[in-house]
This record gives sequence, structure tokens and C-alpha cells, in this order.
Amino acid sequence: MTPQAAFFVLAPIRNDKVDELLALLETMNAAPGHADPHNALVPFGEFDRLHFARLCILRDQTIGDVAAYGLPPPSYPLYLAFLGDVDESAETFLTELAARAAPGLARLFSHCEGFEPGTDVFAWMKRHAAPAAAWYANWKGRTMLQIREEAALREAMEKYLDDNAGAVAWATPVELHAMLRHYLSAEIAAARLTMTPDPPTHLGWWISNAVASVAPVLFAVLLSPLLAVLAVVLLVLVRIHEISDPVICPDVDRKHRETIATTEDRDVTNVFSALGTLKPGAVRRTVGFFGLLLLNYACQHVYTRGRLARVRTIHFARWVWIDGKRRLAFMSNYDGSLESYMDDFINKAGFGLNFVFSNGIGYPKTRWLLADGCKDEQKFENFLYRHQIYTQVWYNAHSGYTAVDLQRNAGIRAGLDSRALNEKQARAWAALL
Amino acid sequence: MGGTAVNAQFASVDYADIQGIVRFAHAHLTDASYLLLKVADPHAARAWLRDAPVTNAVGSSPLPANALQLGFSAPGLRALGVPHSVLTQFSLEFLSGIAGDADRSRRLGDVGANSPQNWTWGTVDRAPHLVAALFAAAGTLERFAATLRTDAFERAFDRIAELDTFNLDGVEQFGFTDGISQPEVDWQRQRRLRGDKPSYSNVVSLGEFLLGYPNEYDRYTERPLLNPGGINDLLPAAEDDPSKRDLGRNGTYLVLRDLRQDVRQFWSFAKTTELASAFVGRRQNGDPLVPVAETSQNLFTYDSDPQGVRCPFGAHIRRANPRNGDFPRAPSGPVGTALAMLGLQKAGFHDDLTSSVRFHRILRRGREYGPKLEPAQATLPAPADDPPRGLRFVGLGANISRQFEFLQNAWLASADFNGLIGESDPILGNREPGPHGLPTDAFVMNRANAARTCVNAVPQFVTVTGGAYFFLPSLRALQYFSRAGEEETP
Repeated sequence: MTPQAAFFVLAPIRNDKVDELLALLETMNAAPGHADPHNALVPFGEFDRLHFARLCILRDQTIGDVAAYGLPPPSYPLYLAFLGDVDESAETFLTELAARAAPGLARLFSHCEGFEPGTDVFAWMKRHAAPAAAWYANWKGRTMLQIREEAALREAMEKYLDDNAGAVAWATPVELHAMLRHYLSAEIAAARLTMTPDPPTHLGWWISNAVASVAPVLFAVLLSPLLAVLAVVLLVLVRIHEISDPVICPDVDRKHRETIATTEDRDVTNVFSALGTLKPGAVRRTVGFFGLLLLNYACQHVYTRGRLARVRTIHFARWVWIDGKRRLAFMSNYDGSLESYMDDFINKAGFGLNFVFSNGIGYPKTRWLLADGCKDEQKFENFLYRHQIYTQVWYNAHSGYTAVDLQRNAGIRAGLDSRALNEKQARAWAALL
Repeated sequence: MGGTAVNAQFASVDYADIQGIVRFAHAHLTDASYLLLKVADPHAARAWLRDAPVTNAVGSSPLPANALQLGFSAPGLRALGVPHSVLTQFSLEFLSGIAGDADRSRRLGDVGANSPQNWTWGTVDRAPHLVAALFAAAGTLERFAATLRTDAFERAFDRIAELDTFNLDGVEQFGFTDGISQPEVDWQRQRRLRGDKPSYSNVVSLGEFLLGYPNEYDRYTERPLLNPGGINDLLPAAEDDPSKRDLGRNGTYLVLRDLRQDVRQFWSFAKTTELASAFVGRRQNGDPLVPVAETSQNLFTYDSDPQGVRCPFGAHIRRANPRNGDFPRAPSGPVGTALAMLGLQKAGFHDDLTSSVRFHRILRRGREYGPKLEPAQATLPAPADDPPRGLRFVGLGANISRQFEFLQNAWLASADFNGLIGESDPILGNREPGPHGLPTDAFVMNRANAARTCVNAVPQFVTVTGGAYFFLPSLRALQYFSRAGEEETP
């Protein structure tokens, strides 16, 4: 297995260069917010191991919300975020990226502070890396190569079924499996399809992953009496805060929502970027920190097979602390419309949403951290729409395919990889076609 | 806005304040038409509205001989003089309108042939300010209409269009019994709203269909709440905030969408009633393709057909109402519930692909237009003067974006509803290709113990030719509108 990885470059934009940068980002697009895969600056389409990428100016219209706590509005720099999800390691990808797109990247980054003519692009990106506090991949180890090959495989199999409708009409699933296996090997022999075997998992990754999966559990078990006390104390403190924390969910700013909507629903998958400030005080800081720690553990070691809790529409998502853990950025790639994403969030992962996001200023009132909150559906939507920011450039390497499509394709391939299926297995496999 | 419904003692529902169409389909009034109007003289319009004989939802015996229902678009309310501060409290999608921007049209599938630029009404200067829906007993519609066209009426309004209807006795133009799947509205306010609802139920809270009552999230859907005083006191107090007057209470939103049906194309392509029934998900007599309770054609779920073998996953009625609860299977016990919530139990391929249905129901009140064409004649060449046929779709709901728009976008138009690939609703789909030209015109039928069969290149059978979002006010809100432009409001 080749696990995926993420990169996130975050750099303050020079005050006088924002408009120029916006105009430059616009030149990368083929449609509003959608990158031309072959754009002159960063030709995303040429990188085989890239799943998603985006360039986004983190313009936060909610910075002033701290006033609700009697605090003066802080002055944060305006950042450019450049992030993506890749196969293997971020380092390998960024090396390749810098090697092939240095001039374009240099043009983009020259709008940021500290980037001067002659600055080494790779070293600069490394210096400005912002690690994710939590990062989710829909299916651990599903590479772009696998996605491409399996999409071609499914298409070929569907065509075979359509072209041979008469012959397959009365075949049982077991017979069908044999027929398609036979056809597949002929296609592979004729070099019309390629099925690259899954390479062995890198030993170093395997060991560190095993340690990362077991160690926190052991640690938690050993410290369980202490952690239990801490959790109860925190929960009580949170409950006290919940009662008085201000809720800031004004009616949706129509213009803001409509501007972002111009980029939406041009593909089966959409991009989501949002930004907010953590509630002040040690309690929320602690809960927010541990919440993301726990979430990241769940993403890395529990939800690695096509679902985040019950949500099956997220390809990649990440939560990133910025400005010394005072603000949090949330970035995701999801299937369907924003309205259905909200529905998924609220009705299939509401408790998790409350757990993580209720530490942000203005979130709808929660009860004991997990209850209520986003169940106040319209307030939650108002909250989220207000924190959502415009993504200037977004690239999706498997445009047109939902996460479920990819899971289906992998299932079809897995079945064909098996020499023989029993009747029950064959039925389940045939249902994927 | 949006407060929790905590009071145990709910007031009973005042049917006299609700427009009848919310409670009744007026089925006995077989003749109907929709007048699309524009306000020409606001003063005269308000005067007419004050005395308009709008039908309420009180059950009467004998049944009424005719009915009038009124809906207002956002430009209509503006034209009547409703203050800006009140108007902006209506929902975003209502204010924007069904064809208000290209992004909404894209979401609704209103592109290609369905594009608003091709509509016969609903855009630019043909965007209605109000709809007057007229219902009358057979043969009496014209007489009823004449009684409404007073001098004040003629002065008040310009007519954009009159959408006629044709009584097909509950059968839609493709020849299928229609209107069977309707939610049962909890008029008695008995439904317990707290907590998950693991299994499907056809009973849906009143607040999903009327503003001013708790919805399925146990919250009051956002709507205009006004300060007391002056004409605002015509309105009832808001249940969730008694210091405010509730303009929304007992009112709701109405989606009117003109759908032209190509009956000849449909039967020429489908050829057999088997395929046509697979498209719809019901037989022509209305029986669903999955087993159903003897008492009602609407009492069933798809639990007996998890693989879509009897009723295709993509069939129209399975898309429009997947009939699932909050969980794919009702979890048992606290541990089971916790595992189910965390998504840690064993899951099938289709589990959790569709949303819980109770948040996405609508009340349908549409009427057919154009003379009936029997399937047998539908495959013959069309005469030169073949009249148009179709449905004047009417959907009612308290939240257009969560109900009509979600249903239309995520369930009907979506090319990947419920894990499907390359399909759109077999009846309503626009067949416009997706990203990279990926098709949306397939239709897959799964078979038990055999490979699926697939119908490719399904043509577009239904074209959208007009549409608008309206607010269907309560009778008290109507009185408020009829005075809003005349007096200073606090």
C-alpha cells in the first residue's frame, strides 16, 4: 500500500500585492474557481500523484467576533494557502513540483512576504509548511494510479456488458465473474488495460503507523484514571461556558453566499474552505486541542475505509491551526451540493461536528459538548456560510467521480483479482456492476 | 428565530387562518387554472386583496363549490409595498427566485433545454408577482373566474399568463396514477420531535409544511418576525418569541414549476409497460414495484428490496422518496446506537448514501394540462396541431432549499444519487452531460442472480417551461399585505 499524504503551504501576502495576486490566480482558471489542469503557472494535470490542490486567500470576515468576549479585534496577516493531497510523501511531491513548476510558483509566491527573486521555491515551501492538526483521507492507500486504472477497468467492463447483453443475460454471477475475468486478461494482454499490483507497504511507514495506532491507546489506558477525571472536569467547565458563550449566526450574507456559489456544482465534487477563531480561554483551548488530537487519531486509524463516522462523501479533509492555535482553518473536498453536505454533517456526524467546531466563536449553542449545536440546522448553516471563504483556484484530478464511485470501482477490481468467488461473494460483486 | 419548541401546551391549529390548499388538494374541484399576475396599481391591488374570497382550510360540508388561493413572489411583495426590512427576512432562495441566478439553475438541472432563457414565463418581464390558483366544480371555472374579475381586479393587475389545466382523474400524462406519495401532516401536533427517528414514517411535523411551528429539527424555520404595533398587530404572536408578530405563521412557500411532458417520446422509447413502470417505480394503476400494505399504495419502504431488483434504485419514485429513516437499519440498544452513530457497525454498499427522508418531504398539489393521450396512440405520428401536455407542478414546504431544491438537486437531477453512475431521474432528468462529458442518460435495472441490464441514451421526456417561488400567506398575513404599503409600520 502507498499511503497518501498532504501538504499545506501558508504565507502572509504583502499588503500591496493582494489585488495583483487575485488577478494572477484568476489566470489559472478554466471556470470560476476551477483550475485549468494545464494552466501556465502550475499545470496540476501533469502531476500523476496529485489528487486535489487549491490556492486560497484566507480572508476571514469574522475576525472581529472576539468583540463578543470584550476583546479588541486582533490584526492577523492575510495569508495565501496552497494545499493538496498526494500519494507517497509531501516531500517527494513538492520536490517534483518545484522541479517542474518553479517559475510559476515563484510568480505566485513573489506576492508573499519573504519571497525574493532567486529564493529557492522548494526550500521556501518547506519553511512555510503548516502541518494539519487532523487530516482525513477517504480511503487510505487509494492512489491516483489505482483510481485511473480502476475507472478505465469499470468503463471497459460496462461496455462489455452492454455489447454482450445477449450472452451475459442468463449468466449467473459466478459465470459472469469468469467471463469478465477472461475478458480482462485478454484486455491486459492486448495492453488496453493495466492493473498495476498494489506495491508492498514501505516498512518504515508500517512500523510508525503501528506505533502511532497502538501507543496512544496504551497511553490512554495507563493514564485512564487521570484522563477520566480530566475529562469530567473539562466537560463540567465546558458546560459552564456553553451557557454563556455568545452565539453569532446572523442571517446569511446573500452576496457572500452567491459569490461562493458561482464556483459550486460544476463537478460532482466541490471544494470547501472555512476559517474561524477559537473561543478565548484555557478551557476551549484545551478541548479544541484534544478534540483535534482525537479526531486525527480516528481519521488515521479508525475511519480509513470510505467513511468518516457515517459520512461517505468526503474525499479529503483537514483541520489546520494558524496564528498560534488562535484560529482554525477547515478545508475539504466533498461530493454533492453544499445543501447535501450540510445534511450529511448535521444528520450523520452532528456530534463530531459539535465536538470540534463548537470551540469556535459564535457556534450555535451546544449541550454537554456533543448535543444540540448543529441540530439548530438553520443557525448552523448561517454560521458555516459566514465562515466559509472563497477558494480562488481548485483542482480535482478525478473530476466526475464521487468517493463512492471510486469505492465501487475498487470493489469491481478486487472481485476480478480473485481467481474464483463463491456464489454469495459473486452476487455481492455483480451488484457493483 | 430558530428557538427550541419547549412549551408542552401547544395551541391547536387555526384552520381558518390557513389557505385550504395546504390541507386539501381540492380534488372534487376538477377544473382549475393558475393566473399569473403582475401588480399594475398597488393601491387597487391592495384593495382587491382585502376582500379577495381566499379559501381557508376549515373542513366544510358540503364541500365548497370553488376555491381561490393566492401566492406572492418576492418582487410581488415589493410591488405591494411590503417594507424592505420585512422582505429581507424571507428565505434567501425565495428572495433570489427559482431562476434568480445561474448557479441555482445549475443546481436544479435547469440547463440545456430546461434553461430559464427558454421558459415561456418566470423570468425578466414575465416573472409573476402573484399567482391566483382557481379551482371550481366541473364546467363552472369560467363563471367563478368572472366573479373575481371585479373593476378593482382589472385595475390592479396585468395578466402574464393563464395556465390552464385538464382533469385526468388522478392520472398523469404518461398514464400513471399520480399523487399517491404524500406526507401525512401532523395537524394535531402529536409528533414527538426530540431524538433520532431510526425508521421511516410518513407522518411529518407540521413545521415542515407551515411556518411558525416546530419542524423536524424541533426548531422554528426562519421567517419574518415583526415588532408589535400598528398593522403588525393583525399578525399572531410568534410561538417561539411572543414579543414578536409572526408574518410566517400559517403560511408556507409554494413552488410552481411548469413541466412539459413529451408523451409520444416517452412511449416510443419505453415501448413496453414493463420499462415504463421501471422508470416510474409503479405500475400504471399506482401499485409500487415492491410489496405494499393492502390498505394503501403509500405504505411501504424499500427494505424488502435492498439490491434494487424489484424497483430500480434510479426509478423516479425511489429517487423522489427513498423512504429511509435516520439510520439504514434501526440500531438496537445503547451500544448498537452508539456504534451506528459512530459509523462503526458493518455496513452495506448502499448504507448512508441517501439522507434521512423526513427533512426532505413536500406536499404536492399539481394539476395536469393538455388532453389525454393513450399509450397506444402515443406511438403514432403526431398531428400538426398536437397540443402540449404536462404537469403544473406545485410543491409546498416551509424551507424551499432543504425541501424542493434538495430533492430536485440531490435526488432527482443528481447523476450519482444513491451510488448510481451516469443516470438522472428517468422521468425528469435533463440528460445534460456531466463533467468531461460523462453521461447522465443511462438507466440500470438490477436483476437477482444475474448481470444488470442497462438502458442507454434515454432521451429527455420532460422539459421545464416556467417556474417561480411564491409565499403562500396565512389569511391574516394576507390582510397585513393588503395594508402594508398604505400605512406607516413601526
